[in-house]
Amino acid sequence: MNNIRASLRKREFIEFCSQVYHNKMAFAGTIILFFFILMAVLGPLIVPFDVLDFGAAGDVLQPPSQGHLLGTDDMGRDVLAYLVSGSRVSLLVGSLATALSMVVGTVIGIVAGYSGKAIDNILMRLTDFFLVIPWLPLMMVLAAVLGTSIWNIIIVIGMTSWAGTARVVRAQTLSVREQQFVERTISIGADSRHIMLRHILPNVFPLIFANTILVAAIAITSETTLSFLGLGDPTTASWGMMLHYAFEAGATSQGAYWFFLPPGMCVVAVVLAFTFIGYAFDEILNPKLRQR
Amino acid sequence: MRKRRLLKKIVYALITVFFVLVFNYFLFRILPGDVVSMLSRNAKISPEMIENIRAAYGLDLPWYEQFALYLRDLFTGNLGTSFTYKKPVIEVIGGKILPTVVLLGVAEIIAILIGIFFGVVSAWKRGKALDTGLLTTSLLLYSMPVFWFGMILVLIFSATLQLLPTGGMVTPGRLYADSWARMADIGRHMVMPAICMGLAMVGEYAITMRSTMIDVLQEDYITTARAKGFGESYVLRKHALPNAMLPMITIIAINLGLIVGGAIQIETVFSWPGLGNLMYTALNNRDYPLLQGLFLIVTVSVILANVLADLLYELVDPRVKS
Amino acid sequence: MLLEVKNLRTYFRTTKGILKAVDDVSFSLDRGEALGIVGESGCGKTTCALSIAKMLPKEGYIEGGEVLLNGKDLARLSEKEIRSHRWKDVSIVFQGAMNALNPVMTVGKQIAEAIELHDKLDRAAAMQKAADMLELVDIPKDRIDRYPHEFSGGMKQRVMIAMALACNSKVVIGDEPTTALDVMIQAQILELLEKLRQQMDMGLILITHDLSILSETCDRIAVMYAGKIVETGTAEDIFEHARHPYTQRLTACFPDISAKKIIPEGIEGFPPNLIQPPKGCRFHPRCQHAIERCRQDDPAMVWLAKEHQAACHLVEMPHE
Repeated sequence: MNNIRASLRKREFIEFCSQVYHNKMAFAGTIILFFFILMAVLGPLIVPFDVLDFGAAGDVLQPPSQGHLLGTDDMGRDVLAYLVSGSRVSLLVGSLATALSMVVGTVIGIVAGYSGKAIDNILMRLTDFFLVIPWLPLMMVLAAVLGTSIWNIIIVIGMTSWAGTARVVRAQTLSVREQQFVERTISIGADSRHIMLRHILPNVFPLIFANTILVAAIAITSETTLSFLGLGDPTTASWGMMLHYAFEAGATSQGAYWFFLPPGMCVVAVVLAFTFIGYAFDEILNPKLRQR
Repeated sequence: MRKRRLLKKIVYALITVFFVLVFNYFLFRILPGDVVSMLSRNAKISPEMIENIRAAYGLDLPWYEQFALYLRDLFTGNLGTSFTYKKPVIEVIGGKILPTVVLLGVAEIIAILIGIFFGVVSAWKRGKALDTGLLTTSLLLYSMPVFWFGMILVLIFSATLQLLPTGGMVTPGRLYADSWARMADIGRHMVMPAICMGLAMVGEYAITMRSTMIDVLQEDYITTARAKGFGESYVLRKHALPNAMLPMITIIAINLGLIVGGAIQIETVFSWPGLGNLMYTALNNRDYPLLQGLFLIVTVSVILANVLADLLYELVDPRVKS
Repeated sequence: MLLEVKNLRTYFRTTKGILKAVDDVSFSLDRGEALGIVGESGCGKTTCALSIAKMLPKEGYIEGGEVLLNGKDLARLSEKEIRSHRWKDVSIVFQGAMNALNPVMTVGKQIAEAIELHDKLDRAAAMQKAADMLELVDIPKDRIDRYPHEFSGGMKQRVMIAMALACNSKVVIGDEPTTALDVMIQAQILELLEKLRQQMDMGLILITHDLSILSETCDRIAVMYAGKIVETGTAEDIFEHARHPYTQRLTACFPDISAKKIIPEGIEGFPPNLIQPPKGCRFHPRCQHAIERCRQDDPAMVWLAKEHQAACHLVEMPHE
């Protein structure tokens, strides 16, 4: 019995991968993401400069040249080195925050959808609360109160973006719960936790997967924005922090485009990649949306 | 029946506002360590101020009395005193509301007009080059961090082309012949931030409008309208658009929270003297009373705006009217 | 002759090839006449009717043939030119159960807008006429400012009829006007259509998959199968003297309350693929009487009686 299920799942997975491969948007998005993951992992090993290499006074804010492919920043550091090591931080914070958000959102969504009545009501009020409050002021205020270490940032982003996921997961849980096999499992006396884990979760999983991608895009943008506003961890070098320093140094009015254009472009590229993949997943998993 | 539904929505909104009040209250009390010792790390505060705060916050009183004090203060408009400005928070905030509202208003209008236009054209010419182009543009605008977009605009139009000022609401030190001249100066300063904010929101509106429009155009009443002999333009304007606009109202309402986020970023980049910029300043100075007050006012405004939008929708959709 | 459709061919471009939805169809309609077109889903009857007003989706096009309305060929007209003929000369009563009425526009406005467009009346006069139309279909005039969702299924269908007649069109096409309505309401709607047809002397085409509703209302009936007309005749011809095997099976599907008890049989098999239709007679794969000739040659229409024609090789042979 388990073998049949396992081989069915495997077939579904292969089918899914092949659809992703053929979908242009998903393909493009995946390639872009791959590139950035590569950049994060290998980049700092390839680029000849270190982020901490402060240059001599005359090297400050130099445009791109032979020596420095992307020029230097306001402290004489090589922008490319900064960019590449920034990718590590941005992607790491983005993924961890997303993971946190997804876990919280999924748990709340499943528990709310499955339990119904009072628990559902309370959890939904809580979710609505987080949905209606404007995201940036909330994050700013939380970060101001908790402090700006990198872990706090991850917690702040994770704890403020789960509401959308919770809503979506709850809806799906409700519909799965109505299905016959769940009724039968309840009637043979299985306990709630078992049902939620073994039956509800696998059926909700594809939806969660698609949702994760979109949350990831939000997480990266959030980290970048928070860092830009001065709430990032000053000991780390993310793309958002680069933009923060660029702004503080007046790079815009001085025309030092090489300092702030690359990190922004990287963020846009990553967000676009996630968005493409997310849309493609939506199309694949939701047959109604497919083009006629 | 309808009245009951409306009443329910208003009650829910009030409950949410109450939760915000509670949240706001506890937020600044759960600071690790004593509130006062936390505050005393801020170099700008003098020992007298610390004592005043201690008394004002009533920190030696039991928690429910403190909370009651907090509520009483709120309802009498006392939001504390700002560390940075040394004035009552409510005064500081009051002076900055208008610039933000004006900026947001103009930006929202730009975003709605362009967004709807893009969305409608995209849906109409679905699959063709124009659709792909507009969709890509919308996606790009949607993916860009708002503040970064602002920085690019400053680079192009201020630093390089020298067409528009880099920031602020008025040119410092300028004297005006009359109020028209002053308005013109303000207008000149508002061009970039308003366009930046507007375009940043166009992305979401265009994409949503496009998909709503595509759904609407497949409905049977569109076929009926065409069968009557009307041209595409009439069918789009009089039949498709009114139906597509209904979900847009909801989207615009949902977006209000995002606009606030955008406002903070834009006002920071362009030094526009509004609430967003104020929040940035308060944050950097760890001016907690000001932050608390701003958070409260901004959040409650968004909640109320959402309720208003909800009510508006009820008034407008005939299916809900009866 | 009010309307003459000659050798109409309407095709659709699909990713898998050209779909021949309507392949060489001819029929005619005179003033005050009622013609019923009946067939299974997908046989091309709706496409055929929509082709008259050139109301085709972007994949559809008229490949050949003529659609003569009072002698003028509508098939030749451009999109812009045919707009002036839509509703004024040819109007369509869609299925009311569909979302064919705009939910955010009042019923009166939807009727009036066509009048404003074609009869060039101003708003007030058009609304007045719209109110008259509502009265014609037995709907109280004061309902003119109501929205579609405030009407029941049967009343919505009446609104559709009122709307279709608003510009006094010469040809009215009813596309499944009674499907999804319950039987009592169906009867009312058919009665109404009959009354109006006589009153306004218009040509009526009724499209349906339900043969039973045509027996009382239509002067002539055309049976379609796989994009072609296989038999036409008066109601009596079709119900009592059907000659084409498909028509025979179709009429046999409807139980007759006065005849002896027979269990109705369905027709085995499936409608053919219209991108690659079968060679010869399109019905031959499902026909019990098919002979070799049926597999090779496409049968032409053969006259059997004054109004009765059928397209089958067997009718030329002695009746079995």
